Amino acid sequence: MWLLPAVFMAFFLIAPILTIFNLAFYPEENIWPHLYNTVLGGYIYDTLILIIGVGSTTLLIGVSTAWLVTMYEFPGRKIASRLLLLPLAMPSYIIAYCYVEIFDYSSIIQTTVRDIGGFELARDYWFFEIRSMGGAIFVLSIVLYPYVYLTSRAAFLQQNTSMLEAARMLGHSAHSTFFKIALPMARPAIFVGLTLALMESLNDVGAVEFFGVNTLTVGIYSTWLGRGNMGGGAQIALILLGFIFLLIVAEKWARRGASYSHTTRRIRPITPEKLQNWPAFWAVIICYLPIILGFVLPVIQLVSDSIEFVDDTDYVAFIGYAQNSLMLSGAAAGLAVGIGLFLSYSERIFNVKLVGWIAKLASVGYAIPGVILGLGIFISLIAFDDVFGTMLEFFGVANASSEMWLSGSIFAIIFAYLVRFLAVSYGAIETGFGKIPTSYDHAAQSLGHNKTSILGKIHLPLIRPALATALILTFIDSMKELPATLILRPFNFDTLATHVYEIASLEIFEEAAISALLIVVIGLIPVHILNHMMKVPTWRDGR
Amino acid sequence: MSIISKNKFSKSALGLTALIASLGSDAAMAAEQINIYSYRQPFLMQPIIDQFEADTGIIVNSIYANKGLVEKVKAAKGKDIADLILTVDIGRLIGAVDAGLAAEINSDILTANIPAEFRDPDGKWFGITSRSRVVYASKERVAQNNITYEELADPKWRGKICIRSGQHAYNLALFASMIAHHGEAEAQKWLEGLKANLAHSPKGNDRAQAKSIYNGECDLAIANTYYMGKMQTNEKNPEQKDWAQAIKVIFPNAQGEGLAGRGAHMNLSGVMVVKGAKNKANAVKFIEYLSNDKAQALYAEANFEYPVKVDVEVSELVQSWGALKADKLPLATIAAHRKRASELVDIVKFDD
Repeated sequence: MWLLPAVFMAFFLIAPILTIFNLAFYPEENIWPHLYNTVLGGYIYDTLILIIGVGSTTLLIGVSTAWLVTMYEFPGRKIASRLLLLPLAMPSYIIAYCYVEIFDYSSIIQTTVRDIGGFELARDYWFFEIRSMGGAIFVLSIVLYPYVYLTSRAAFLQQNTSMLEAARMLGHSAHSTFFKIALPMARPAIFVGLTLALMESLNDVGAVEFFGVNTLTVGIYSTWLGRGNMGGGAQIALILLGFIFLLIVAEKWARRGASYSHTTRRIRPITPEKLQNWPAFWAVIICYLPIILGFVLPVIQLVSDSIEFVDDTDYVAFIGYAQNSLMLSGAAAGLAVGIGLFLSYSERIFNVKLVGWIAKLASVGYAIPGVILGLGIFISLIAFDDVFGTMLEFFGVANASSEMWLSGSIFAIIFAYLVRFLAVSYGAIETGFGKIPTSYDHAAQSLGHNKTSILGKIHLPLIRPALATALILTFIDSMKELPATLILRPFNFDTLATHVYEIASLEIFEEAAISALLIVVIGLIPVHILNHMMKVPTWRDGR
Repeated sequence: MSIISKNKFSKSALGLTALIASLGSDAAMAAEQINIYSYRQPFLMQPIIDQFEADTGIIVNSIYANKGLVEKVKAAKGKDIADLILTVDIGRLIGAVDAGLAAEINSDILTANIPAEFRDPDGKWFGITSRSRVVYASKERVAQNNITYEELADPKWRGKICIRSGQHAYNLALFASMIAHHGEAEAQKWLEGLKANLAHSPKGNDRAQAKSIYNGECDLAIANTYYMGKMQTNEKNPEQKDWAQAIKVIFPNAQGEGLAGRGAHMNLSGVMVVKGAKNKANAVKFIEYLSNDKAQALYAEANFEYPVKVDVEVSELVQSWGALKADKLPLATIAAHRKRASELVDIVKFDD
């Protein structure tokens, strides 16, 4: 009853990706000699540097802040533990713009440098260039680290304190307890967050193109959309998928052979250790700096850009855009969690590798650049419409086969979000399941429960935090999504993100600042809920 | 799967589609309308569209995006997706025509309003406005008032030129014109020379290049004419007026004989009707509307472009930049070299 629909659903979700695979077999011309001799090396090099840079930076920020706010007590810890999620609400194309403004020639920073040094022109003095690889790594990391923070904090909160105490009693320093016990225990969870951050940087176009970094994604754009070679673009997309595949294999490897569920229920909540003087000072700096850089500074920039335009904004129209955004993101988040749950549960109860692998394959959608995924979805829905329309004509509906039944509807957008963000929900839910010992299943089974009632009575209550995380992350991600929405939306249909695009279409972002700010503000609501969820004592606390 | 569940499926699918149809395409049921896919920015189209709706009673539905629209129409395989496509460059327009997406249009009004060099002889595409890709030069640091595109590769400009990505459609069209005039080998050498003269690797948009002149990163920039007007009249962001203040517009290849005096490279924004368009008659009406005096004057005044209709005045601001001598190279020729231009950009690693 479970298996067949699971396989069917997984195949449905990978249809757009398979479509892109299929396109790769029919290139308009063979681009490889040209690419190989010219820019391919550069694309791969830039892509590698970008993901290594973003990977290490997000790990550093995400894990260290999560550890500090979980294990220690210092001034402002509680607030920091919530605010650290704020940058999640910030779309990468907006933060990239903000930082260009912040470090710009006319910015306060550079003006001050010129005043102090007595310089006039940019060529008179050295100032670091934000529009560079370094800049791209910085802006992406500062908005993507919350993925790592979120997953590692959840893992640290649920860790077995008695093991940590045992380690300390056996003479390990706090330092070595962290590296020898806590970090290895949290590795699978941390890796989930890291994978999400990396996939997000692989598919990024807004920030990367703006900063002149030539990743594979930029290469796909120029081949497919610039040179009109759809198949060629799809082939470069395959290399990109190769990268993702390596990530997935690495993640499996990170979890190899280990079962991380606890064997004991005697787990007490963590009592944070009090920090004082310098250690407390550094803890404050480490935890608040990412918040300032990833949220406070960019928001100040947006607000100051907005002031000029406050009067010209049509706030009534905004309500409509916001409704559309909420409706699409809500539907996508609900479906993504439902399907993610369904797939991971099928995998668990049948222990069938196939479902897991198909789900993994489907989740590569996260790393496919939006426009390309949008076109892949469009092509597969057109195929569906062909069949469906012909069927309708058979039943006497005139001209049904020339209608765009699904491909022209908002279903296409929801489908795009689903394919795109399944990785997020599946990842979170799968980790949630991973923490439940299989002995629970066996016990319930021996007490006469069937598979459905085990899910309802045992698993669901236990993985509720994971479900909430999945729901909220997919919601926020959907709110921020731009390129696929832009290309798939029906006529006269705007969301907040497409509205930002339309105002910013003049290539002046200032006028879009208000809408951008609104995306951030609305994004804050789910971030707040997420914070609330994390605060709730975990299921282990004697329930 | 049993027959019953199949029926169930198709019933729920029908319900679903009915729901979706009511959500997505209720506009499609009204009588007189057109559906537009536009690369052209909304701020520019909306005033003209509003006027058109008021004058004709035809409802205009539009989707704006800067990427992927032609690809989407192509992927729709003849389904009823859009009636016309508006583009901001000749390359994409002719690309769509070459992909077999365009319908042939016969209209006496269009033939009368749009000069032959700005439209397809078969009526598959029409230019609406034209713009030149010119040189912005620092008033302070550049003495000369004449320049050629060829000269931009001269080592005397080493480290002094700014430009956006070589793969951008505007640059590809310019590079394509160099291939057309000089042949591929020469054009490649020129592109290498230009690359060597760049102050930094290409990034940002045309306006960002103007800013780079203002702040002293470079002395010359390559950009479209109308951005100058946009910056000069930017009340909301007066900083851009300062950028414009630091700059003079030089129309390249304005003097001399032969290639040196061939005139400045021109590109156009244009439109095509999609083959099989359901509202073809209305679509043609819309294009005719875009070519009339009112719309042409609006483009000229609001966006500082050159109207294609000969008797419509260029705006005063645009005239203040100097007389335009336009390169007469046929637009179809430029479009034909676009792909090779894109490859040359890769070969000389222009964007690295």
